[in-house]
Amino acid sequence: MGMTMTQKILADHAGMDKVVAGQLIKARLDMVLGNDITTPVAVKEFRKIGAKKVFDVNKIAIVPDHFTPNKDIKSAEQVKYIREFAREMGIVNFFEVGQMGVEHALLPEKGLVVPGDVVIGADSHTCTYGALGAFSTGVGSTDMAAGMATGEAWFKVPEAIKFVLKGKKGKWVSGKDIILHIIGMIGVDGALYKSMEFSGEGLSCLSMDDRFSMANMAIEAGGKNGIFDVDEKTIEYAKEHSTKPYKIYKADDDAEYVETYEIDLGTLRPTVAFPHLPENTKTIDEVGDIKIDQVVIGSCTNGRIEDLRIAAEVLKGRKVHPDVRCIIIPATQKIWKQAMLEGLFEIFIDAGAAVSTPTCGPCLGGHMGILAKGERAVATTNRNFIGRMGHPESEVYLASPAVAAASAVMGKIASPEEVVDYGD
Amino acid sequence: MEIRGKAIKYGDNVDTDVIIPARYLNTSDPVELARHCMEDLDPDFAKKVRPGDIMVAGKNFGCGSSREHAPIAIKASGISCVIAETFARIFYRNSINIGLPILECPEAAKDISDGDEVAVDLGTGKITNLSNGRTYVSMPFPDFIKEIIESDGLIGYVKKQTAGK
Repeated sequence: MGMTMTQKILADHAGMDKVVAGQLIKARLDMVLGNDITTPVAVKEFRKIGAKKVFDVNKIAIVPDHFTPNKDIKSAEQVKYIREFAREMGIVNFFEVGQMGVEHALLPEKGLVVPGDVVIGADSHTCTYGALGAFSTGVGSTDMAAGMATGEAWFKVPEAIKFVLKGKKGKWVSGKDIILHIIGMIGVDGALYKSMEFSGEGLSCLSMDDRFSMANMAIEAGGKNGIFDVDEKTIEYAKEHSTKPYKIYKADDDAEYVETYEIDLGTLRPTVAFPHLPENTKTIDEVGDIKIDQVVIGSCTNGRIEDLRIAAEVLKGRKVHPDVRCIIIPATQKIWKQAMLEGLFEIFIDAGAAVSTPTCGPCLGGHMGILAKGERAVATTNRNFIGRMGHPESEVYLASPAVAAASAVMGKIASPEEVVDYGD
Repeated sequence: MEIRGKAIKYGDNVDTDVIIPARYLNTSDPVELARHCMEDLDPDFAKKVRPGDIMVAGKNFGCGSSREHAPIAIKASGISCVIAETFARIFYRNSINIGLPILECPEAAKDISDGDEVAVDLGTGKITNLSNGRTYVSMPFPDFIKEIIESDGLIGYVKKQTAGK
């Protein structure tokens, strides 16, 4: 019996010819990641090990992105603590405000992850890099500490679910809609402990930004990782962003999957996840009349350049509804500059939206757009749990940037078709 | 090692954002985190929890954010053990790594009611509902995980592994 893509990467990094689902292994790490929330705990644990140095100063990335630019004194103290650690250890990839971005948009852009890598990150959305054909998964701070000390982590080799994508998606359907559709179909624990492997001829219509959005939300189905077949687009991306050597792994023809789903992208509609779980999905045609107070376009799921471009396409020449605050957060400095050069900010500002510096900010209820009791937001983020963006009695609806922008204009959850096609 | 305590029961998909809301993540002090544990789901939790109490929940407990602050807050609140139908994988790892005992046992998780007296033998994985006399056996830990637990968490384990290197 053959191995899945994930199993092959793990076997190679464990120095083994073959692994099987359920097996416990120790794998060599190509990158260990942490942010300003999780790294302080990891540093404390690292000190307890008694190690004098990290395993490799080039293979650790620390990105203060959650509560930065520091929102309060305590947050500033946390970042100061990890900054001092990074300096003491000589960690090369510490990204200060001004260079940083939302970690999972930043690492691929900086070329720190390439196809075939094994990456752990003390952040659950570390699964994002599966878009590049890497094995990457979220862990906790203690795992990060052990990883920084030893360059290894233990894993239980996962089973896999295969998603075969077919057909071509419509104009207003994005990677976000596809992954929301999948989570709605299999549930928030539908891929618990498992890999989600994406393949099929339908991949050809998905940009790298679409794939990052999809892999990013594998965790919202409980997945250990989400991973994409490597194609020309992946290789082009890797070459453009990195000088690191990469390796392409392919699943064996006789690899075993616990389940296989075929998805015809041509049948999908823009999709929205209702409070308070990402599995509570409805198509845009089923949402009804839901008035909103805020729109957030950004995050590690949807703060990339294509996300901003499509939001601009919807907002161009239109106004944000007077009852709505629309907050747009480019995910990295590079994306910010690109959006500026393309004139997207002029469109956003003229529409009455606010543009923020890169930060995770409101996604996790940190800062830069917290909701009051009873308020509703449409967000391009990844979680709509109780209290996620603010008051426990506020609500978050997850959607694509196109739907979020259309909703900002209409003052209620709306399809971009209602906005852009109207009167054209 | 036997644990005894009163069950505090929750439902499915208890996420780490309700276990410890992000607005409190500007600290990693266990005592301060414990003060806000479960706040958005059960505002009275911090007041009602007693040392030794056992948290019981449904499917996918600890889903969402990888914040280790979640098992840290639960442990610091006095909870001695968490029993659930299933755990989200990062929470599972984190609990093992920091030494919060967790047991996956669908039968016990479904059968135990809020307020029941429960005894847990961590050595054998046997769970007894003292309120109705029923017993259940949880999934045993693999040897490797037992080794981490016996080393008082992952850091102890790594220290052993790296000793003398």
